[in-house]
Amino acid sequence: MNPSEDTAAAFERLAAGHDRAEYLLRLYVAGVTPRSQQTLARIKAVCEEHLKGRYTLEVIDVRQQPELARGGQVVVLPTLIKVLPLPLRRLVGTLRDTEAVLRGLDIRKRT
Amino acid sequence: MIAVETNRDHTPAGLPKCPTGIQGLDEVTGGGLPRGRPTLVCGGPGCGKTLLAVEFLVRGATRYDEPGVIMAFEETAAELAANVRSLGFDLDELVARKKLALDYVYVEKSEIDETGEYDLEGLFVRLGHAIDTLGAKRVVLDTLEVLFSGLENMAVLRAEMRRLFRWLKSKGVTVIITGERDGGTLTRHGLEEYVSDCVIVLDHRVDQQVSTRRMRVVKYRGSAHDTNEFPFLIHDTGLSVVPITSAGMDHPASTERVPTGVPALDGMLGGKGYMRGTSILISGTAGTGKTSLAGYFAAAAAARGERCLYFSFEEAEGQLVRNLRSIGLDLQHGIDAGLLRVHSTRPTRYGLEMHLATMHKLVSDFDPRVVVIDPISNFIATGTTSEAGAMLVRLVDFLKTRGVTSLFTNLMHSGSTVETDIGISSIIDTWLMLRDTESGGERGGVLSVLKSRGMAHSREVRPFRLTDHGVEMGGATTKGGGT
Repeated sequence: MNPSEDTAAAFERLAAGHDRAEYLLRLYVAGVTPRSQQTLARIKAVCEEHLKGRYTLEVIDVRQQPELARGGQVVVLPTLIKVLPLPLRRLVGTLRDTEAVLRGLDIRKRT
Repeated sequence: MIAVETNRDHTPAGLPKCPTGIQGLDEVTGGGLPRGRPTLVCGGPGCGKTLLAVEFLVRGATRYDEPGVIMAFEETAAELAANVRSLGFDLDELVARKKLALDYVYVEKSEIDETGEYDLEGLFVRLGHAIDTLGAKRVVLDTLEVLFSGLENMAVLRAEMRRLFRWLKSKGVTVIITGERDGGTLTRHGLEEYVSDCVIVLDHRVDQQVSTRRMRVVKYRGSAHDTNEFPFLIHDTGLSVVPITSAGMDHPASTERVPTGVPALDGMLGGKGYMRGTSILISGTAGTGKTSLAGYFAAAAAARGERCLYFSFEEAEGQLVRNLRSIGLDLQHGIDAGLLRVHSTRPTRYGLEMHLATMHKLVSDFDPRVVVIDPISNFIATGTTSEAGAMLVRLVDFLKTRGVTSLFTNLMHSGSTVETDIGISSIIDTWLMLRDTESGGERGGVLSVLKSRGMAHSREVRPFRLTDHGVEMGGATTKGGGT
């Protein structure tokens, strides 16, 4: 548990079941570039810290599989899609803003 | 189908054009959109921009063997296919034949979190993949500006728009980008900044419950183009633009004659009838036989094996056929043979320009040698007199350019002078007048030729009567003199 969270927020998070939820994440990138490598490293770090043991992270290079960009309704790159748990969220950009990433993944409560 | 002749050569050498296949638009633009470049088509909601863009792709795929890709940001593929089905476009079939790719792009702000730097590479990849898979030559982006409402970083979006248009040019595809008109600007997010080659504005106005669609080419780099507003129609087979101002005075002048269908009237017109490719006006008060003379002319055309298009603004087809049968004239024969087509509408249903557009479209499709408009006087009801006059000038010009012989009837109010209410005599070549007379307690009619350009015609006033076996014209009291 994150020590900076207050008790009420922790309770809400537990009640929502997010602590136990299995995560399915898909990261869409375009080619092996410093930007895509950096983005991948960032999401891996977040997952290891907050979702250890209960996440699946798929990385899709749309340069290799362009039809998957259409299938995933991806326009912006990089895009991280939180497929599960619902609701679906799209995190666009290099995931540099960790707070936005945690909120987007429902790891941290939205304000 | 015969293309409408234009009098000006719009196309400077070296600027390749991509024909849209949309009726009239290629004349207005001097051959089509700039090939290999983007064109912005903008207008308010419901102006027809998506339909125009889709028709551009459908015509490309079916007529020019140029496959196309549409990226739709507002409508799903199913919605889009349903919306254009009424125009006879079967998008699903084109997709199955690999002539068209439909990609619905879903951007919903409420499910997006922005977490760092990004670009629109996903859009490029999707579009590039679709273009390469089909070997597409045409692309439609409808409406790109949705991206601006889904994403926050305007600086990135603007830079990416610039990159997108450069990239599209490098792909060599001809592109239509649609944009929503917003107040004073052409598009909400200034797309016109990025599209410097060609900009077309569509407009849909409803004035006094009469709806008119207009189109204007506001910019066409490197090409002469008509900057006038052109009325256009959305009908059951797509769009058609009326390239009105491209009709000019350069009509083919024929010396061939066409019988009027009434031998005695032929006699008054130098013995041979009307001049081919000219305009004829029959004026008269109510019930004097204007429609009958028009009917004789139409039936005679069909009997010669010529196609005739009869615009009837007062009577439905069945009524017209029945009424003329009562004077022994059979129109049904020509209708059954496919040579005579009667088109009936109420003149007040549309604006003048819509009527012109409809007539233009029907004439282009049916390609008649003879056109009857019965009567033109009803158009005065739909517009001001000067508008009606201007419209008729355009119409007559258009018909003459095609070498069509046109006959108009005009209802005069009793007591009015020889001058028509519409004041179109200058564009009329042959003018017949039917009048009521009363003598010895019996009403009867008289027919006279007020003018007939290019031929010797009778100056007599001949008694004119409709009987159950046709037109009866009284013997001339004096022999016809010439001009």
